[in-house]
Amino acid sequence: MSALTSRMQSIRLQRLTGQILALILLTVGAIVVMIPLVWMVSTSLKSRSTSTEFPPKWIPMDAAKAEIDGRDYFIYRIPVNGEMRDLALLRKLGPQGTFVNPENPDEQYQLEVQTGERLYTVNLHWENYPNAMTEVPFGTYIKNSLTFVGVSTVGVLLSCTLVAYGFARFRARGLGVLFLILLSTIMLPSQVTLIPQFVLFRKLGWYDTLLPLLVPAFFANAWDVFLLRQFFMSIPLEMDEAARIDGCGPLGNLWHIILPQSFPALTTVAIFHSLWAWNEFFLPLIYLQTRERFTVSIGLQQFNSLYGRNLPGLMAASAVTLLPTVIIFFLAQRLFIQGVVISGIKG
Amino acid sequence: MATIGVRKKRRGLSLSRREAMWAYILISPWLIGFVWLTAGPMITSAVFTFAEYDLLNPLRLIGLQNWRYMFTQDPLFWHSLRVTLTFSVVALPAGLVLGLALALLLNAKVPGLTIWRTVYYMPSVVAGVAVAVLWNQVFNPRFGIINWMLSWFGIRGPGWLQSPDWALPALIIMSLWGVGGGMIIYLAGLQSIPTTLYEAATIDGATMWQRFTHITLPLITPVIFYNLVIGIIGTFQYFTNAFVMTNGGPANATLFYNLYLYNNTFRYQRLGYGSALAWLLLFMVLIMTGLVFRSSSAWVYYEGELRK
Repeated sequence: MSALTSRMQSIRLQRLTGQILALILLTVGAIVVMIPLVWMVSTSLKSRSTSTEFPPKWIPMDAAKAEIDGRDYFIYRIPVNGEMRDLALLRKLGPQGTFVNPENPDEQYQLEVQTGERLYTVNLHWENYPNAMTEVPFGTYIKNSLTFVGVSTVGVLLSCTLVAYGFARFRARGLGVLFLILLSTIMLPSQVTLIPQFVLFRKLGWYDTLLPLLVPAFFANAWDVFLLRQFFMSIPLEMDEAARIDGCGPLGNLWHIILPQSFPALTTVAIFHSLWAWNEFFLPLIYLQTRERFTVSIGLQQFNSLYGRNLPGLMAASAVTLLPTVIIFFLAQRLFIQGVVISGIKG
Repeated sequence: MATIGVRKKRRGLSLSRREAMWAYILISPWLIGFVWLTAGPMITSAVFTFAEYDLLNPLRLIGLQNWRYMFTQDPLFWHSLRVTLTFSVVALPAGLVLGLALALLLNAKVPGLTIWRTVYYMPSVVAGVAVAVLWNQVFNPRFGIINWMLSWFGIRGPGWLQSPDWALPALIIMSLWGVGGGMIIYLAGLQSIPTTLYEAATIDGATMWQRFTHITLPLITPVIFYNLVIGIIGTFQYFTNAFVMTNGGPANATLFYNLYLYNNTFRYQRLGYGSALAWLLLFMVLIMTGLVFRSSSAWVYYEGELRK
């Protein structure tokens, strides 16, 4: 008996040390994972000159300056006769510098510059955000992206619901084979159909419009049809029968029985598709030519190649682009995790 | 009243035909889309692979020239293939090990599971150009944070995206940032393993490592398998990061297959050659997933399956 309790004790101890070790590793990993995002936000609030400092400061700070006779001078914290003072550096001659009390410019000292340290004050440059948004027509990009997200999500929900309902609840000759074909298109790399689609949409005059991004959404896609069909099939058939006895047709059944119970699945589809559309880069890249038609993703790419030197602006624009995703992620995390586990990662 | 009902029925379709009609009406959006946006374009692009076409001049059939050029005269084709395969051979196993390790840590009943899961999972959800733009600066040799972190250990970091030797490793490191997506799937797999198995093994005196290799690993192989298939297909579609961060350079060091396909099709307007590359991509994806599937019986364990 005592042998067993000591064995249980050692197991408990083992588990505890394991947990502590796990916590340490997880903390280190979490810091590493979060650093790029924190750095992005921090850099987006810096001035242009401090943004490229090495080593970087986490809190956006600017060198403190004092205005003396209409000119700005850096402030140093420097010992004067054993007492720390904040003085402005007026002139530098070799290692020596002329320091002056900003409040009283007549009070001057000759000190060794190296003994002091330049003073920094926290300064959050929020103006980087509106500046970045106006440097390129970011508002227009956001409007276009929202059109893309909104219209194509409606298209996907409409078409995929109908198609999934057809595959889930109806029997007809050939339907099984068609479902297999649908499933196999999940594996199909989009590149195989991309080039003729491009030629076709060009011929239709859709080049440099949002139409190539919007219209295909209304013709259903394999992933979402599959996900919705699986969900519809989990709804008991008895309810359909009850509805039919009450005089519901196929569409009435979809509207009154299936849809009200399918909100989790529909939300999952809507969220995944919205995120995909918001982030999509390739299709806008090949179809959109004029700046006024750009979506956020290619607008940001253009910002990156044109104004790459404006690091705070670039990071501000990136942060704005990432923000909706992050918000949706936090709001719908549970759906995300379920969605990923059910269907794998889309796109 | 009754007679009207009967007459209606006789005039209309039989019940099963009515059902079939509704089925086809309901799936018609996909059916039309399939013909219009998938099957039709597939046939067309198959024809394109034997043609020269640049949108301006009429299409000209040139037989097997595209294919011959690809395999025998185009060094960049082989190069882009090598880049893509190098990336998958390093990034996929590394991501697998790291994702599984994270999932195991989270499964060790640590406090604050949801917080950890959120932190690790988020990077794999945020995606696209913004992330590429961000990492482009993270790898900056002068003020980027990667080289800053290396400097803590007294290492002078390389030029990363500006160096032909380090650009691809940089993109591999970046890919590990999104390891949380795999982690979530592994975690779900781990949580479905009955704890009684571990308890029984522990009572029998199995060490932690033995429990991992004899219980966890075999039971999680279907999930690993699934992730592997998704990952292989994914690397052949790898585009945004390579386009935004390096545009294939320097010295073609990050010329991924999909980027090369894009360059040929939309930059050089060689739509025929681009189509050939696309079709080869399809074949490669089919062959590789086929290989993984065929090898799966040797290493993937499905519960309820009888081993011979």
